[in-house]
Amino acid sequence: MYKGREEELTRELLAVGQSTMSEPNTGQPVVRVENVYKIFGRRPKAVAEKMQAGATRKDVENQGTAAVIDATFDVYPGEIFVVMGLSGSGKSTLIRTLNALQPATTGTVEVRGQDLAKLSPKELRALRSEHISMVFQHFALFPHWTNIENAAYSLETQGVAKQERYEKAREVLAAVGLKGWEDSYPSELSGGMRQRVGLARALAADTDVMLMDEAFSALDPLIRREMQEELKQIQDRLGRTIIFITHDLNEAMFLGDRIAVMKDGEIAQIGTPEQILSEPADDYVASFTSDVDRARVLTAESVMVPENELTEEDRASFARKSLSVKSDATIQQIVPVVLEAQGPVAVDSATGSDRVGYIRLATLLEALTPQESTVVDGAKAAN
Amino acid sequence: MEIPVPRIPLGDWIEVILDWLLATLGGFFTVIRNFLEDLYELLLWVLMTPEWWIITLVLAGLGWWLRSWQLALGTVIGFILIVGVNQWENAMSTLSLVTIATLIAVVIAIPLGILGAKSYTASKILRPIMDFMQTMPPMVYLIPALVIFRVGVVPGMVATVIFAMAPGVRFTELGIRGVDSEVVEAGKAFGSPPGKILRQIQLPLAMPTIMAGVNQVIMLSLSMVVIAGMVGAGGLGGEVVASLNRINAGLGFESGLAVVILAMYLDRLTSIQAKT
Ligand SMILES: Nc1ncnc2c1ncn2[C@@H]1O[C@H](COP(=O)(O)OP(=O)(O)O)[C@@H](O)[C@H]1O
Ligand SMILES: [Mg+2]
Repeated sequence: MYKGREEELTRELLAVGQSTMSEPNTGQPVVRVENVYKIFGRRPKAVAEKMQAGATRKDVENQGTAAVIDATFDVYPGEIFVVMGLSGSGKSTLIRTLNALQPATTGTVEVRGQDLAKLSPKELRALRSEHISMVFQHFALFPHWTNIENAAYSLETQGVAKQERYEKAREVLAAVGLKGWEDSYPSELSGGMRQRVGLARALAADTDVMLMDEAFSALDPLIRREMQEELKQIQDRLGRTIIFITHDLNEAMFLGDRIAVMKDGEIAQIGTPEQILSEPADDYVASFTSDVDRARVLTAESVMVPENELTEEDRASFARKSLSVKSDATIQQIVPVVLEAQGPVAVDSATGSDRVGYIRLATLLEALTPQESTVVDGAKAAN
Repeated sequence: MEIPVPRIPLGDWIEVILDWLLATLGGFFTVIRNFLEDLYELLLWVLMTPEWWIITLVLAGLGWWLRSWQLALGTVIGFILIVGVNQWENAMSTLSLVTIATLIAVVIAIPLGILGAKSYTASKILRPIMDFMQTMPPMVYLIPALVIFRVGVVPGMVATVIFAMAPGVRFTELGIRGVDSEVVEAGKAFGSPPGKILRQIQLPLAMPTIMAGVNQVIMLSLSMVVIAGMVGAGGLGGEVVASLNRINAGLGFESGLAVVILAMYLDRLTSIQAKT
């Protein structure tokens, strides 16, 4: 069951910079969520039925809390799927239905094709320890254990022998930047470092899916950004499937391959960061996007003037310019290049082989300003 | 207007129940009686066989190891005082009784506390029983205990266990419920079975609270010493009872002082202090 996996992880951890990430939206989904309701109350099933028949959250208010209402989505291998919404919108409840810490009231949750509702407690425990790990908002480390014991915990529940699990825990701790802290206790670490231990514990489990419930929300802004960037790097290296919860749209936009925006238990929109930004499904979603740090989200591809829309004249003048950026670079990364070029900058495809468009300073400024109509309306609606 | 309340023959019922218990479970009670008596005699033998100063050094050493050198020093001074007022033998027999009563109370209380923490129903059932056991005047337990176990050290011990057990149950339940729920959830999320979560996470993290409960159990056991002395448990309690019968204030004080010294030693040994 376990054999050979630690070798694999070692290889993966060492293969810095080599993306093993599979393309999103290809192949079978790892996690399938279909018409999931989660009701807290005395007769949850009955309330769920009423809601399926058309009752709203308000209608059933005095019979229970409808924390998740009719959620449907798929998560694909290698994807970072972000669930974002205000506090109380049902994010934590939703993520807990995915490993059945709180089983769904009705609807189907499938992990790797296994319907959670049909598993025995023992099978469910096996699924959790082998295939779906979790990182918690307040770290949830075991304070009476050293960091390496904490990091090795997931391996212990998998039944890995002591020496082997310590070896691997040591590697994973080093990979998250905690070399030398193995024998300290979590209380000796700063918040950011504690969450690295939390991350190491989940990474060591080597599961296909990693659930992260507001994993960075308790950290201060600088550390938080550092962790976001590291998570992305780890993800590029290991290609895990991550379901990440946050109430911060900037974080959602930065991390997410796709984002589900939740409002009062319902999913208001699912889309790529750029879709959420440029085509918000309703005023509620739009009101969020007004204070997004667009420079971190928008990529060259989405703001450039495409090659085929250029006039002959443009082409002639642009062709001389030698500076270029990749099409998946964010505006944040492009600005210094544009400033240095003192003129238009070429955009190459992500592989670097084709020229796909150009960017001027004016293009960038335009992209950074939210489109008047949607956002002003949205802001009004939210007030 | 007068509302007639019929006489409820609760007392008669209790008698009937006791008779029935004795008739059907008499053999079982004898086994328990013998077991507890043997346990008590064994511990007493261990404490009485060496010279007093050896036991004093051992107990002081235990205090040093678990707590501090100050406790060790205090123990030596206190125990010399006990010997000085000629209460060493009585003190050792009381120490044996309290130790065994506490051990039994804790062995019963911790599993009950765990049960109460796991299930709200169990907790709801346990709470009034624990309240009852702790607030019922403890002498009331002596009578059935006497009937069942006959005069000696055992009825006092059993009454002590019943009276002193409640905080053990309560603090265990409180301690386990008080463990950060996210930490317990982490155990579940990584697929650990409930028994392992209890052993690896809940019990160790609840331990300070459980120990506070154990400390209370010990203190309550000590407060039962005199009552146990009334039914022939001997020891310091027996001395206090004897001094009361003979109106002997001097003897009463000497044995009382020995109880205080034992209580202070056991309290300091088992109470949680801020780590330095
Ligand atoms: N165990 C529970 N029992 C009753 N209500 C709950 C429980 N957990 C969450 N809720 C309710 O469900 C709603 C969604 O909560 P939660 O999923 O924690 O939101 P979020 O994580 O987005 O802040 C809230 O109204 C909350 O009060
Ligand atoms: Mg939450």
